[in-house]
Amino acid sequence: MKYTPVIGLEVHVELKTQTKMFCGCSADYFGKNPNTYTCPVCLGLPGALPYPNKLAIEWCVKIALSLNCKIKEFSKFDRKNYFYPDLPKGYQISQYDLPFGHDGFIEVFKEKGSTDVKKIGITRVHMEEDTGKLTHAIVSNEKVSLIDFNRSGVPLVEIVTEPDFENEYQVIQYLQKLQKIVRYLGVSNADMEKGDMRLEPNISLSKPNTKGLPNYKVEVKNINSFRFVDRAIQFEVKRQTALLDKNQTPKQETRGWNEVKNETVSQRSKEEAHDYRYFPEPDIPPIEFTEDEITSLKSSIPELPDEKFKRFEQKYNLTSYDSEILTREKGLADYFEEVVKVGKKYQVLPKQIANEIINTKVNTEEIFPAKLVEIILENKKTETVDESELFSVVTSVLTENAKAVEEYKNGKENVLQFLIGQTMRKLGKKVDLNAVKSAILEKLK
Amino acid sequence: MDVTNLTIESILDGYKNKKFSVNEVVESYLKRIKRHDKELNSFITVCEKEALEEAKKKDEDLANGVKLPLLGLPIALKDMFSTKGIRTTAASNVLKDYIPSYNATVVDRLKDAGAIILGKTNHDAWAHGSSGENSDFGPTKNPWNKEYTPGGSSSGSAVAVAAGLTPIATGTDTGGSIRLPASFTNVVGLKPTYGRVSRFGIISMASSLDSIGHFTKTVSDSARILQTTAGKDGYDATLSSDKPKNYLKNLKNGIKGLRLGVPKEFVTKGLQKEVKNAFEGAVKILEDLGAETLEVSLPHTEYGIATYYVIQTAEVSSNLARFDGIRFGNKRTEFGDEAKRRIMLGTFTLSAGYYDAYYKRAMQVRTLVRKDYEKAFDLSSGGVDAIIVPASPTTPWRLGEKVNDPLAMYLSDALTVTANIAGIPGLSVPAGFNNGLPVGIQILGPQFSEDLLFRIGYSFEQKTEYYKQTPNL
Amino acid sequence: MKIDVKKVATLANLTLTPQEEHKFEKQLSEILTYVEKLNDVDVEGVEPTSQVTGLTNVTKNDNFSDDSLSQNAALSGAKNQNNGFFKVKAIFDNE
Repeated sequence: MKYTPVIGLEVHVELKTQTKMFCGCSADYFGKNPNTYTCPVCLGLPGALPYPNKLAIEWCVKIALSLNCKIKEFSKFDRKNYFYPDLPKGYQISQYDLPFGHDGFIEVFKEKGSTDVKKIGITRVHMEEDTGKLTHAIVSNEKVSLIDFNRSGVPLVEIVTEPDFENEYQVIQYLQKLQKIVRYLGVSNADMEKGDMRLEPNISLSKPNTKGLPNYKVEVKNINSFRFVDRAIQFEVKRQTALLDKNQTPKQETRGWNEVKNETVSQRSKEEAHDYRYFPEPDIPPIEFTEDEITSLKSSIPELPDEKFKRFEQKYNLTSYDSEILTREKGLADYFEEVVKVGKKYQVLPKQIANEIINTKVNTEEIFPAKLVEIILENKKTETVDESELFSVVTSVLTENAKAVEEYKNGKENVLQFLIGQTMRKLGKKVDLNAVKSAILEKLK
Repeated sequence: MDVTNLTIESILDGYKNKKFSVNEVVESYLKRIKRHDKELNSFITVCEKEALEEAKKKDEDLANGVKLPLLGLPIALKDMFSTKGIRTTAASNVLKDYIPSYNATVVDRLKDAGAIILGKTNHDAWAHGSSGENSDFGPTKNPWNKEYTPGGSSSGSAVAVAAGLTPIATGTDTGGSIRLPASFTNVVGLKPTYGRVSRFGIISMASSLDSIGHFTKTVSDSARILQTTAGKDGYDATLSSDKPKNYLKNLKNGIKGLRLGVPKEFVTKGLQKEVKNAFEGAVKILEDLGAETLEVSLPHTEYGIATYYVIQTAEVSSNLARFDGIRFGNKRTEFGDEAKRRIMLGTFTLSAGYYDAYYKRAMQVRTLVRKDYEKAFDLSSGGVDAIIVPASPTTPWRLGEKVNDPLAMYLSDALTVTANIAGIPGLSVPAGFNNGLPVGIQILGPQFSEDLLFRIGYSFEQKTEYYKQTPNL
Repeated sequence: MKIDVKKVATLANLTLTPQEEHKFEKQLSEILTYVEKLNDVDVEGVEPTSQVTGLTNVTKNDNFSDDSLSQNAALSGAKNQNNGFFKVKAIFDNE
């Protein structure tokens, strides 16, 4: 490729505090009747004043700390002034020059399959409030926009990276890590579909042998899945390459992702003039953290996915594949470790436990750790079977059940259970289920 | 009954001694409003029916021995105070039919203390102005001479108290909007320390300067009301967590030995002769009462108005952004000239490329103004307990005189704005008359020194008794 | 100081008549000229004051309040509404 992509990312994460950022309304607005979760404050009624939510601030700091950020000992809120019908006060309470967190990083692999690590710089992590939600409709033959303020004032953390990403693979890893981190912290569901996490990549291409950043930047909005980020970046790289090839500089603009057409489209500027006239929010006294407070917040952060992943690999002697699956969600990782604890007394190895959990997709809520150990032990009480005997039985089962094999090959995967059953019956003894399964899969290849 | 010159104290005593009923008092005030307010125009909304109903309930409460600090006290509220179910206009056409769904903290506190709302008073729209003439509901007239302005922005509240249409009315003071009209109408006006009384539910003018106070006939009445309105509410994050003092306790202790400062910058520059004379007379009285007066210096006073008009308009431009006609009220085209001017000015000084030159610089000068006061009040290095200054550089002017000259109008706040910039309290008390028009002085003190201001004001008032004079309507 | 009244009005979401533009341009210039006396003050090294209370860390716990409004109350002041929503003319934002 002639050009090097220069990609930065702005991510908004909605916190799952009980109440909103500056009032006592419920923040659990999703799917509720419009304008039923509002009060004078989040509706921006005359005279109403904001009162900041302590937990939301602490959570924002925790996110920042988890992204290796430095925390400002003195920060404040600022007003970001602009007019839009979903912004009730005509300004958004946000943070301008003193965000809670700044100068952090996250590590990703450079390329697929590569073990070279790239550090992605985190410019800032700041706290703000969400806006209301606009929907577009036709009422009495008139095109209108409808506004629901249930979401107005829900705490939002904005995480801005340096333009350090070189490809969509790095972006996706970053997003997955970020999503895992906020879930580990228990501060957001980070559910893309519900809008808990909103992504805005900015993309430009730098020409070979040039220094500094490109002289333009294209921001893409309206992206609601990681897959679409991937596609949008690919699309933009292609589009901008074509322009640069023709010696044109792509326009500095905001584009929207159109998921039907699979392309980005130029968006008419949201506000005519981008002059937010930030100034310190006079209604909220500044926020200060002592070193002790920061230390105490730091110590309340659980082991994060990256560390846990490494520890699982080393401590439990797991493959990186197993370790990755087990650490995707904190709940599953905790379950695994509990089972390991119980299993230790019965000489059940972590590797066996990992296999059982991953292969049988254990329902961690129904099967308690001790029960799972029992199951594993039960499975271990198997008679041995000669490998050649096993393969000959499998071969005959597959021949006798040609129709089932056909179905399996057409994608009906649950036929596998049937074939396992048939093989077991034919063997006439209790053998290790996993051994049978892998023999069948081997033959089916 | 004649309520013209009743104080809060005399009303509450009257109830206690069964001299009159709440109903009689409320009816009498309503009658006076009916008779005089067509001309004075101090009320935008009168809540006759509701007030009479409440009065009945309060009489029952009194009969049942209910004890509340302001039980049965009629009050009037500046129309910037949100009142649930009672329209709240900010004296602007933008809100001419807006009915709030909640009460301001101060409104709740007064009602919980037993007060009865007579109505909502007139003022410059959005509290922008020094004469009351910017109201979309017409100007309020000075009861001492109806061709003159009563001062603003809290014009209606000052006039309603001065004219005996209510014993107390609330106000907001962002640059002098309580102290100036109080001095123009011969009533007591309190601008408490910023952070003493909740701003929640009161339509914001300039958030870092707005102070919530009131007008009364006497100083002890003023103290009584502050006792009810002051203190944390969990809704205004800029409120002090210190408990309000007992404002009546030391009221009568006298002022012997107190060190009172007279800032030379206030007295020399552009002060009208009549005001100067009245002020010097007041200083003499305070000395006679045993106070020691000293010259102090507040060198940044002359930058007060400039600082104020940058900070205030910047905050105004942002605070008035919510009035977009979508959730309540009418469209932005309904803003009057003064609001538009301030929105434009604030938008400009905050905009890219100008912020440092205007807004940031004004915030830096704000620091210097505060330091002037801190130094003046520093008793450990020869400072004073409180400062005495005139409340206005001039006596009241004729209605219409300054309406086409915004800058001249702005300059009438020259002696009041620095208290807002520094966040300190100020008490305006009557100091006599000139050609039949009132003159006032203000007493300024360190943050949260309201008790001291009341003490000084009370001594002065007991000696002068100007509150006993009432306008001839 | 001359002020670009049109641009500022757009930023402030105000619609001005040509007469108003003319009037405000003159008045605002006068006021700005007056305000520029702040340039005479030496502010070198002076910290800006945006609040006078000296307070810090004033926060609330993450607890529900009973201040929430019913849908009816929330919409009670709106001139235009539809099915529980506030209604405005279509905002064309690439929809």
